[in-house]
Amino acid sequence: MAKHGPGPHGPGGPGGGFRKPKNIRGTLGKLMRYLGRYKLHLVLVAALLVASSACTVGGSYLIRPLINDYILPGDFPGLARMLAVMAMVYVLGAVCTFGYSRIMVHISQTTVAKIRADLFGNMQDLPLKFFDTHTHGELMSRYTNDIETVSEALNNSFGSLVSCTLNFSGTIAMMLVLSPPLTLVTFATLAVMLLVVKTIGSRSRRYFADQQKALGEVNGYIEEMIEGQKVIKVFNHEREAQEGFQRRNEAYRDAATRAQVFAGMMMPAMGNLNYINYAVTCCVGGLLAIRNGDLGGLAAFLQYSRQVGQPITQISQQVNTLLSAVAGAERIFEIMETPPEDDQGKIRLVRAAEDESGALARVHRDTNTWAWLKPDGTLVPLRGDVRFSHVSFGYDEDRTILHDVSLFAKPGQKIAFVGSTGAGKTTITSLINRFYEIQGGTITYDGLDVKDIAKESLRRSLGVVLQDTHLFTGTVADNIRYGRLDATDEEVEAAARLAGADGFIRHLPQGYQTVLSGDGGSLSQGERQLLNIARAACANPPVLILDEATSSIDTRTEKLIEKGMDRLMAGRTVFVIAHRLSTVRNAKAIMVLEQGEIIERGDHDSLLEQKGRYYQLYTGLEELA
Amino acid sequence: MKHTLWPHARPYALWIALGVACSAMEAVFELLIPLVMSDIVDVGIASGDQAYILRKGGLMVALAVASLCFGLGAAVASSVAGMGFGASLRRAEYGHIQTFAFSNIERFSTASLVTRLTNDVHNLQMSLMMSMRLMVRAPVMLVSALFFSIRISVRLSNIFLVALPLLAVVVAVLLVTTGPLFRSLQEKTDALNLVVQENLAGIRVVKSFVREDRERMKFQQRNDDLKNTSLRAFGKVVINMPLMMLIIYGTIIAVMWYGGQMVYAGTLEAGKLITYFTYITQIMMSLMMVSMIFMMLTRTVACAKRVAEVLGEAPAITDSGAEPGKDGLPLEPADGSIDFDHVSFKYSAESPGWILEDISLHIPPGSTVGILGGTGSGKTSLVSLIPRLYEADQGTVSVGGRPVAAYTMESLRESVSMVLQKNTLFTGTIRENLLWGNPEATEEELWAACRAACADEFLERMPGGLDTDLGQGGVNVSGGQKQRLCIARAILKKPKVLILDDSTSAVDTATDASIRAAFASELKDATKLIIAQRVASVREADLILVMDGGRIAAQGTHEELMEACGIYREVYQSQQEGGSIDG
Repeated sequence: MAKHGPGPHGPGGPGGGFRKPKNIRGTLGKLMRYLGRYKLHLVLVAALLVASSACTVGGSYLIRPLINDYILPGDFPGLARMLAVMAMVYVLGAVCTFGYSRIMVHISQTTVAKIRADLFGNMQDLPLKFFDTHTHGELMSRYTNDIETVSEALNNSFGSLVSCTLNFSGTIAMMLVLSPPLTLVTFATLAVMLLVVKTIGSRSRRYFADQQKALGEVNGYIEEMIEGQKVIKVFNHEREAQEGFQRRNEAYRDAATRAQVFAGMMMPAMGNLNYINYAVTCCVGGLLAIRNGDLGGLAAFLQYSRQVGQPITQISQQVNTLLSAVAGAERIFEIMETPPEDDQGKIRLVRAAEDESGALARVHRDTNTWAWLKPDGTLVPLRGDVRFSHVSFGYDEDRTILHDVSLFAKPGQKIAFVGSTGAGKTTITSLINRFYEIQGGTITYDGLDVKDIAKESLRRSLGVVLQDTHLFTGTVADNIRYGRLDATDEEVEAAARLAGADGFIRHLPQGYQTVLSGDGGSLSQGERQLLNIARAACANPPVLILDEATSSIDTRTEKLIEKGMDRLMAGRTVFVIAHRLSTVRNAKAIMVLEQGEIIERGDHDSLLEQKGRYYQLYTGLEELA
Repeated sequence: MKHTLWPHARPYALWIALGVACSAMEAVFELLIPLVMSDIVDVGIASGDQAYILRKGGLMVALAVASLCFGLGAAVASSVAGMGFGASLRRAEYGHIQTFAFSNIERFSTASLVTRLTNDVHNLQMSLMMSMRLMVRAPVMLVSALFFSIRISVRLSNIFLVALPLLAVVVAVLLVTTGPLFRSLQEKTDALNLVVQENLAGIRVVKSFVREDRERMKFQQRNDDLKNTSLRAFGKVVINMPLMMLIIYGTIIAVMWYGGQMVYAGTLEAGKLITYFTYITQIMMSLMMVSMIFMMLTRTVACAKRVAEVLGEAPAITDSGAEPGKDGLPLEPADGSIDFDHVSFKYSAESPGWILEDISLHIPPGSTVGILGGTGSGKTSLVSLIPRLYEADQGTVSVGGRPVAAYTMESLRESVSMVLQKNTLFTGTIRENLLWGNPEATEEELWAACRAACADEFLERMPGGLDTDLGQGGVNVSGGQKQRLCIARAILKKPKVLILDDSTSAVDTATDASIRAAFASELKDATKLIIAQRVASVREADLILVMDGGRIAAQGTHEELMEACGIYREVYQSQQEGGSIDG
């Protein structure tokens, strides 16, 4: 049920959001909790709503005495008095309407802002697995479509729904007071109207579902084809691409026309049924008036009978908006309620220095020494000793990627992983910083189980340079400073020089102040990787993980930045993944991985002597699947 | 803008006219009803004539039914016209994008093109439909209601001289003040979405550097911005309704006062007075509708501009220079020879330096050419000029002895096959993707191409073989497998020139070597250009080009370059220290 269900309103309207909410009561309850801190506001809103409805409905009733008691007899001072009363009632009504709408705007916008902040805040704590299993488009639509419908509902529908219901019941009540027989006529029409709403509504909903599906298909096709537009051009495939498009385009047009015809019929149908009601009321009322002469009563009743139909259409519209808002809220809460990354660790990373006696003590200045602070207050020096013992892991519980992996990295060593795609190289490094939870075995860091280390501290101690580069909108300097937020300009430039990025940065239009946008789209992949390395250099972490960090940098440039990389790696424990064996050649220990198992280990020379897998890879004899 | 969008609405001109007429008639018939009502009160009730009342009542019902019919007609016509216009506009825009050169696509960016084809067109079609239903209705309502009111009583209608300008001022002020606020609201929303988007894309970086708090701060800042702007914007909007109510009610009271006196004096009948109320409400309602339409249109105008921009973009490369071949068929390249004659090129006219500078080069047909060079040295740009993906700014690029512009793009690209660096497979089966290369390829030809690209070994292991479903964007195959399928697709074209732009980067050395061996035997006559990072990939080439800073730094065979070219030696030696494996 989209916001433009069977109503005449809502041009555009987001695609999707067509699902029915699963648990209306529960979700409404959660929404109510957000509104909880506005209890007083809401009470005030309720009071104003009632007052405004009473004024609107009551104001029309005044027409009867106005005509019967003052105009027809010609009592003008009385008419003036009565009109003054009427004016006051109307002004009060308008003020109340303004009052409750203004308060609702405040409530809805602050609530929506709070929901947005909570959604984003909670999302930051979710495990990577969550981001692996949800597409960006899907998550983005939580922030755009879903929040939008919730905002729309809080802003308008809540108030409208209540005021329409109040107006409707008020109007019916007043009609009964004015003339029970005429009210019967109205009831008959209302029954027909409800029937129309129901039949048109349910067909319209079905057609809308078809329309949304067709829209999804045409939009999906457009997205895929435009993404691959360059390939289409290279293969002269324009005509076929256009045929495929046109098929979906026409299907959508047919479905949309059907849906829109039905939706568009609602307004004239309701409006004119109301006029028929008006006509019949006029007739019957006229016949009655011949007998009782209550002209004012007829005038007032006619005014009511014109109003009575409106709430029905509006209520049916608002209920749809509200339902799709509840469905949206449900999806938002689903993300908020996803359990965050497991983070029970208590051990924290602190700066330390040796005092005169040579013992380690915690300090609050910038030293190059780090230590782990245990909950009992003792310090363990950070050395970068990483051990895996009998670790097994799979992204899905039932598909194990790593089988019984044991390895150790001594402090200051360079450890390299080689192996074909899917052998589990990246997986191993993702386990050290606990991006994923292992299913068996233990990983220790300086003798501490990584599970006991606070995640924030664990990750701060590890600098990771990933194969897929990501740059944020902002200046080049900002992007490097992402590694360490308080780095000075000099430190940023030093990091860039270390990574060999200084040269190309200086050639950019504004140097370090050049603004990057669209994930640094104006830079080449190689340049982006250099910036990524600079970012890690700026962070200056005790342990480095380089996952194909130089894969897009040509060998000559790699050669040029080798010195910088050597300086970057000096004295640190470094894990390197690379497909160029030249990059890993000088590693202290090289692990050859195959299908999640370490099949060979040793340094370059000893591995070559073994004449095993590594030897075959190095000499290019063996093909990897 | 009108010029570019109107032609797509023109086929629906009749439907639009019909819809507009129906809406207008619906409004007029609706407004006749209260007029009949006043007769019932003033004639029927006053004289006690029951038959008259029933007759007039029947007339009112008839009017309502007529109005209903027109209303339904308007619903049908506006839907057909709106959705038809949307479909036609979408087709035109999509079709126009098909004529775009790479530079046109890059100017807009893929994401923006997608929005312009989806959301923007959707918005436009809905706007056309809604305006047909409302935009006609409101003014017709306004004018006829005014007309009828004046006919009832000119004197009483003087009240409108005060009320209408007042209402117009209120609506105008509101539109003027909220307009910029809503624009700024859109900007703030975009800014917020950008933070979320980048956060999602870079979530591993965020988590690695423990920057969750900074991201939250960044988000909070934009969120507060957005909240404050929306508070201001919506805060202004809610004044709209009560203010209008006040004006409507003020008018009703004034009508009561003056009208009441007129009724007493006998210059106005009571029934007419009641009818008058109805018209007042009607007039004010239609004015409110007009203000709503204006708000909707500001958004629509922005969409229309964006779509018109795409439609107005002239394709950077056209077939205008193509020469006819024999028998009226398009000219085809005679062979796979390639010539560059003092060619210079840059991606945008504004950039100061050349990407390629004064390149001259001759490649004989059937030869194998290796291209090496550092990041940004111009390798990809060089080969992109051959299938005319971009146009050289100076000098000429020739294929088969004639300038590339002499061929139609279709016939040129039929002969020149290129495997792009960032390649795409499409939703569908492997077979469907391979058929892109040659729709008429037989089963044997498909397998032969797969064998040449070394894709047969993993295809045979796949349960569905060639009919395996790839999923969107080819997610069911690994990077190396994808590259091999893309090569097979390119081979199927049986091209005269085959270009591989770093297309085996995810394939291991041994497979890479056997693919090259297959090229030598299967594509003997085709000219093969291979861009590579590894010297091993190009070592046996007839000619190796070493690119540096947009120029050809050196060219020759492996042996010649080892002797003469410092850069080449350096690269060669750096790679001799280790092989390379499937990454």
